Amino acid sequence: METIAMPAINLAVIMPEILLSCIAMVLLLVNVFVPGNNKAYLGYLSIIGLAVTAASAVGGWGPSVSAFNGSVVQDNFAIFFKVIFLISAGLAILISDRYMVQEDCNQGELYPMILFATVGMMLMASGTDLMVIFLGLELLSICLYVLAGWNRDNLKSNEAGLKYFLLGAFSTGFLLYGMALTYGATGSTKIQAISSYVMGNPGVASNPLFVVGMLLIAVGFSFKIAAAPFHMWTPDVYQGAPTPMTAFMSAGPKAAGFAAFIRVMIFAFPMLRAEWSDLLWILAVLTMTVGNIIALSQDNVKRMLAYSSIAHAGYALVGFAAVNAEGAAGILFYMLSYAFMNIGAFAVIILITKKGEVNGNVQDLAGFGHKKPLLAMVLSIFLFSLAGMPPTAGFIGKFYLFSAAIKAGYVWLAIIGVLNSAASLYYYLRVMVFMYMKDPEEDFEWAGATPAIAVCLLVAVGATLVLGVVPGTVLELAQKAVQF
Amino acid sequence: MNQLPLLSILTFTPLIGAILLLFVNKNSHGVLRTIAMAVTVVTFVLSLPLITGYNAPGSDIGGFQYLENIPWIAAGPFQMSYHLGIDGISLWLVILTTFIMPIAVLSTYTAVEEKVKEYMICLLLLEVGMIGTFISLDLFLFYIFWEIMLIPMYFMIGIWGGKNRIYAAVKFFIYTAVGSLLMLVALIVLYFKAGGGDFSILRFYQLHLDPTTQMWMFLAFALAFAIKVPMFPLHTWLPDAHTEAPTAGSVILAAVMLKCGTYGYVRFAMPLFPEANAQFTPLIATLSVIGIIYASLVAMVQQDVKKLVAYSSVAHLGFVMLGVYALNQQGVTGGMLQMLNHGVSTGALFLIVGFIYERRHTRLITDFGGLAKQMPVFATMFMIVTFSSIGLPGTNGFVGEFLVLLGSFESNLRWYAIIATSGVILSAVYMLWMFQRVMFGELKNPKNQTLKDLNAREVAIMLPLIFLIFFLGIYPRPIIDSMAPSIDKMIAQTKVQKQVAEAAVPAVPALPPGHMAVPEAGAAPAGMPAGHPAMPEAGAAPAGMPAGHPAIPANNEAK
Repeated sequence: METIAMPAINLAVIMPEILLSCIAMVLLLVNVFVPGNNKAYLGYLSIIGLAVTAASAVGGWGPSVSAFNGSVVQDNFAIFFKVIFLISAGLAILISDRYMVQEDCNQGELYPMILFATVGMMLMASGTDLMVIFLGLELLSICLYVLAGWNRDNLKSNEAGLKYFLLGAFSTGFLLYGMALTYGATGSTKIQAISSYVMGNPGVASNPLFVVGMLLIAVGFSFKIAAAPFHMWTPDVYQGAPTPMTAFMSAGPKAAGFAAFIRVMIFAFPMLRAEWSDLLWILAVLTMTVGNIIALSQDNVKRMLAYSSIAHAGYALVGFAAVNAEGAAGILFYMLSYAFMNIGAFAVIILITKKGEVNGNVQDLAGFGHKKPLLAMVLSIFLFSLAGMPPTAGFIGKFYLFSAAIKAGYVWLAIIGVLNSAASLYYYLRVMVFMYMKDPEEDFEWAGATPAIAVCLLVAVGATLVLGVVPGTVLELAQKAVQF
Repeated sequence: MNQLPLLSILTFTPLIGAILLLFVNKNSHGVLRTIAMAVTVVTFVLSLPLITGYNAPGSDIGGFQYLENIPWIAAGPFQMSYHLGIDGISLWLVILTTFIMPIAVLSTYTAVEEKVKEYMICLLLLEVGMIGTFISLDLFLFYIFWEIMLIPMYFMIGIWGGKNRIYAAVKFFIYTAVGSLLMLVALIVLYFKAGGGDFSILRFYQLHLDPTTQMWMFLAFALAFAIKVPMFPLHTWLPDAHTEAPTAGSVILAAVMLKCGTYGYVRFAMPLFPEANAQFTPLIATLSVIGIIYASLVAMVQQDVKKLVAYSSVAHLGFVMLGVYALNQQGVTGGMLQMLNHGVSTGALFLIVGFIYERRHTRLITDFGGLAKQMPVFATMFMIVTFSSIGLPGTNGFVGEFLVLLGSFESNLRWYAIIATSGVILSAVYMLWMFQRVMFGELKNPKNQTLKDLNAREVAIMLPLIFLIFFLGIYPRPIIDSMAPSIDKMIAQTKVQKQVAEAAVPAVPALPPGHMAVPEAGAAPAGMPAGHPAMPEAGAAPAGMPAGHPAIPANNEAK
């Protein structure tokens, strides 16, 4: 008589995910039972929830623990990414209330939705089974479709939601098909098993089933991280979505895409690194260049940041193309820095724009630097960091990404990268030109920061500078996170 | 080292000042100006002990002193350290910086009436960047200071500049950033070639890279520095930036920031990649000479006094580069002195242009004429500065230019020196012609008839500069002496390979001491076997030419 082997269940490994899901569900109920239009308290509760989750996630730092028969893992790599997700969710929540009230779309479900999206991201980072990664991705994507279209009365927001949904569903199809083909070729969906199969059967590399599967997976992830030429959805979605959600989408989910991408590419197909590398540098060059060149001609600050976020995915891909530990650590550090500097920049944009997101062009910023010197200085710091100027986090991040590429022998890729950075200077500087150097055509009053936004800005600017001046500790952690 | 971390204190005093200014009410201009002035003066005073303390008995004469070395970032493949130190070369550039800053601040008292707070913060941050650039011995740290310098200058040009300020500011920023970003790539490559360790240039000096690597790295470094110097044909950002920048911005840009470029050559590009440097010497010398002649000719036809001074800067920096590339004791000393001289005299010229601009709000030569009658004190000072810029004996410009030409004449850049000499004449032409049109002639324009002469503050700004013009012109010896050992080291480092190659060749007979024009071996048929293959230069054998550098000041004192 054969006994059915029960898979080892270790709930502790997915404790952060469980916690955050429960908190999100409780908040959904709280929202229903507590009357009133002020939903800010839900945001604060969510942040407490995020903090608790972060504590529980960080508690697992150390040796890897695998669970659920190798479908989920708790390792430093996942934990580092989880912290990035939680931080970006927290910062996005801080800047949400002010915006949602202004745009009359202050429904309380917003916060649980962000938390569910975060759970999805966390699953993507810790999944070691293609199916788990896929489930995480779907949980994330469905929440994001809703969040992008959150402003129901705004046509652009609707367009963003629908567009993201249609294209996202399409790309998910690619990803799933790729996973299916990979399963067909290797007989497993577990990354570990795929990896050992590929090691044991080098001939599989010439199996069209396997190759096509691998390529389709790459396409699916490229879509999620908005790498060119799969970036077409990004500008419209980023511009149409409510600004706090744009900030969130450009930081968290992009990092989640990278987490899963790295996990699958480097661990499932370790034998094929050279092939990956070729594919990735092409993606990197295209992504950086397309993002930067189109950003150069944007007048709308939000849309400009959307294109710039494509370019930033390209910089991260430079580190990815290096396929070495430095590159992977560089991506971790860069994604963390990017969460701070990009959400910070969006937070200032929220304060600049009026209801209906009018007044969001660079020209409207004339005189901002003198009317609101502190906010303008903070925005300048974020923009310099995005441009990769020292002494900010953006510089250190780029330094590590490009040096990983150089170490791997891709000196010319680093050169293309720095030339792209130089081009990006133009559009970041352009914002400052209008803020500081042009006189306003009409007298214009800007709102000050609300306490929540002030906290977000303070954290973001502090982190941007600290990571720029004394990045040692975090870099070390990132380094440890990629030693599997 | 059991002494105070003087260099750190020096670098971060202005930063503390800038942070302090953040908390001052933006409308109390007096307080803002006083704090900025006090901070820059304190920084200057703090920098003075460096002069006396450098090369103190028992120290590493000519080497790096006042060292501070603290591990900073150690993650992944990299180790960066907070590694500071100065030698005879950087010492004087630091002093120049701290000396010019109070003058720049003082010059803004009436010139800048708007956004005073931001302006002063920019000035102080700029000082942090400039001092840091000169004292960093860790290449990564150097790069950070080098880039930080751009940001306040960008705002200074863009916010307080003239009509075309935005174009000038963005051009300045992107131009310089492109160069330095490529340098960043080269820097990382260099690090990996060195194989671990830290970014200390002292360590990188010991590397022996293969020629191809050297060539590419030299190109990347040289490009970044050439843009900053600026060398022809990469100079186009400079006239724009200078013309549009406010007076203090122009002064600092000319006096200090351009030196970061030439300093970059002396400290990094040349000694780090000696073979590539030798290979590219003709190219750089050619560009320097073209820069001298071309910029002088362009300066001659300028209508705008400030633009004229800007182009004269390009010409002067051409001399600096030529001297440095002569790579002998006289040439490099001349180049270094010329850096300081250019800082003093061109800084003074920009201040003078600022004085009349403040009064008349125009800088066109044709708007002036006959000012000397109306403003005698101004005229005298302007004249002294003009002479210094031309290089009249007795002023600082003479010593520098003479050493540069002497040094390059004695090196294998002889023909370049001969052509460059015409630049000296051209500089007299455009400067004197401009001076004549502005100061002499009839006082026709009625607006000029009510001009007031310099006030006490303006005289106070100019006096230290005038003093230095004469001091450096008459008695440059203390500076030359304290630079000499460091320059010897730099030359030895840059010429390492060459000397090895020449070791097999019989030594040149020692020349009589005090002999001024040391002919090159190949160019002196008398006493030399015909077809002698070696071309040893005077500077390569310092022992054979003991009277090389002290001979010049002695000669000068006699005048």
